[in-house]
Amino acid sequence: MKQTLTQKIILYVTLSIITVIFLFPLIWMLVSSMKNEFQIFRDMTSLKAFLPPLPSEVEGGYFHNYVEAFQRVDLMRYIVNSLIYTIGIIILGLIVNSMAGYALARFKFPLAGFWLGVIIATLIIPPESIFLPLYVLVYDLGWVNTYTGLIVPFIANAFAIFLFRQFFLDFPRELEEAAKIDGCSQIGIFFRIVVPLSKPVFATVAIVLFINHWNDFLWPLVVASDESMRTIQIGLQYFMNDPPIRWGQVMAALTVATIPMLIIFTFLQRYYVQGLTHTGSKN
Amino acid sequence: MKKSNSSSAEQLNTNANEDSRGHLQVADKKPRYKKKRMKSQKFREAATGYFFLAPALILLGIFLLYPMGAAFYYSFTDFYILTPNDVSFIGFENFSYILSDAEFRQAFWNTVYFAVIVVPVQLAVALGLALLINKKIRFRVFFRTAFFSPVVMSLVVVSILWTFMYNPNEGLINELLGLFGIPAQPFLNSPDQAMNSIIVMSVWQGAGFQMMIFLAGLQNIPTHLYEAADIDGASKWQKFLNVTLPGLRNIALFIFITITIAAFKLLVQPMIMTQGGPLGTTKSLVYHIYETGFNYRDVGYASAMAVVFTVIVLAVTIIQRMLTREEGGV
Repeated sequence: MKQTLTQKIILYVTLSIITVIFLFPLIWMLVSSMKNEFQIFRDMTSLKAFLPPLPSEVEGGYFHNYVEAFQRVDLMRYIVNSLIYTIGIIILGLIVNSMAGYALARFKFPLAGFWLGVIIATLIIPPESIFLPLYVLVYDLGWVNTYTGLIVPFIANAFAIFLFRQFFLDFPRELEEAAKIDGCSQIGIFFRIVVPLSKPVFATVAIVLFINHWNDFLWPLVVASDESMRTIQIGLQYFMNDPPIRWGQVMAALTVATIPMLIIFTFLQRYYVQGLTHTGSKN
Repeated sequence: MKKSNSSSAEQLNTNANEDSRGHLQVADKKPRYKKKRMKSQKFREAATGYFFLAPALILLGIFLLYPMGAAFYYSFTDFYILTPNDVSFIGFENFSYILSDAEFRQAFWNTVYFAVIVVPVQLAVALGLALLINKKIRFRVFFRTAFFSPVVMSLVVVSILWTFMYNPNEGLINELLGLFGIPAQPFLNSPDQAMNSIIVMSVWQGAGFQMMIFLAGLQNIPTHLYEAADIDGASKWQKFLNVTLPGLRNIALFIFITITIAAFKLLVQPMIMTQGGPLGTTKSLVYHIYETGFNYRDVGYASAMAVVFTVIVLAVTIIQRMLTREEGGV
């Protein structure tokens, strides 16, 4: 595996160029969110586009665009809405889907195989193809522009059920047997013994759900049309469509919308990739 | 609680019986007792199973299967959102209208074009990136993080960001091209370039994610296979063809199918970046369905298109499965 010097140079130059392509739009976004409009356009023709403004250039602090963005639109409200939406789905989704996954992994009951087949089959249904009748249903239920309407339709998740089932299949039965002998009820066994020992799969599912729903666009767009119910992904468009368009504010708002994802990926990426590769190799 | 009480009472009873009777009799009775208990235990297991499964089943039924059936039903009606009480059955009228709908045809071919380009390119880029950094190189974690970083942004964020980068008059990309003496391009404003611009952005955003999955797959290929190939004097290229690629087959297949399905669902990028323009060149299938349903409120026709869309996605998935299975057999 010896490499010549030229080979090494070619490798690192290639890697660096690709890095520039992948990283610079992100850096441009971050850096521009700290500049004023004049600086953004002035710097665009040089490498300065990817460097933060000098402290001497900044008027009103590095975060003036952020302050203005939050003043111009109720960004805080959008973020809170997004958090309620995603966390609501995560909490209820973890309970409902883990229970279903546990049922399919542990208990023998009539039609168990049939239900597993149905659940896996629903994975193929593209959500995009049902959002219209789903909207009509939620409308009839009177749930338009409510958190209920945002959250409830997406609590049950076939993919999550499948992940939980796979995990619980490998869960050591002996622990549950021991608890049963001690007189613990099935519900008790599940919530007191199985759940606390299954943190990895709960983390994986929670992260997958967070990423999917924090980034959700179509459903919140349709169901949360009222301004007070908008999620961050819907609210972002305001900065793009309503003049005057301030590039600095746009970049600040985009950065704000990305921060939660950045946090999740920085600290919990391991679980996410684990979960997805797990299913990838099993399929 | 009740159940466990009664079962412990039963147990006590059994013990009492056994104590008061002779051994032979007990031996006689035991199997029958066991049978009864097994039956009730079976019933209890089934009840517990359904107790655990029911919430998910009910929710999936109401919010996934019912809408699925409703879409199918609506597709044969003239359901119009503003007149929900005046719905009549119109047979295959919606479906025959699809055939003559020029906008649908354009949206269909736009989507196919997007998928046909994005799928192989993104797959190749993801695999290429994974191979590049699946070595002992310096700053490996840095490179991996850099390639992965666009995944952290949502499609909405990326679409808005790239709209500004693609800006024909003062966008970042044209300014950079100008440094190399390349004239400014219209990008999203041109019918010829708009879809390609969306494609470039989509690959950029998604490839890092599949790279991660490929990386995990590469690490699962046993090293002794490479060692064996070394002993046989295989070249790098031979090792790639005969060890790496077969080792990645399942993962590549999984990625292939997921990217294809995702490509057919194209919606956010054109909606935010071009509103389907210019001249409808970036209008996708899902976007057309969305507009028909929510802007023109024609639920019946939109549902018919949604049914066709579902059939297309299913067909693509099944064809891919069949093709790749054949390949595996050879």
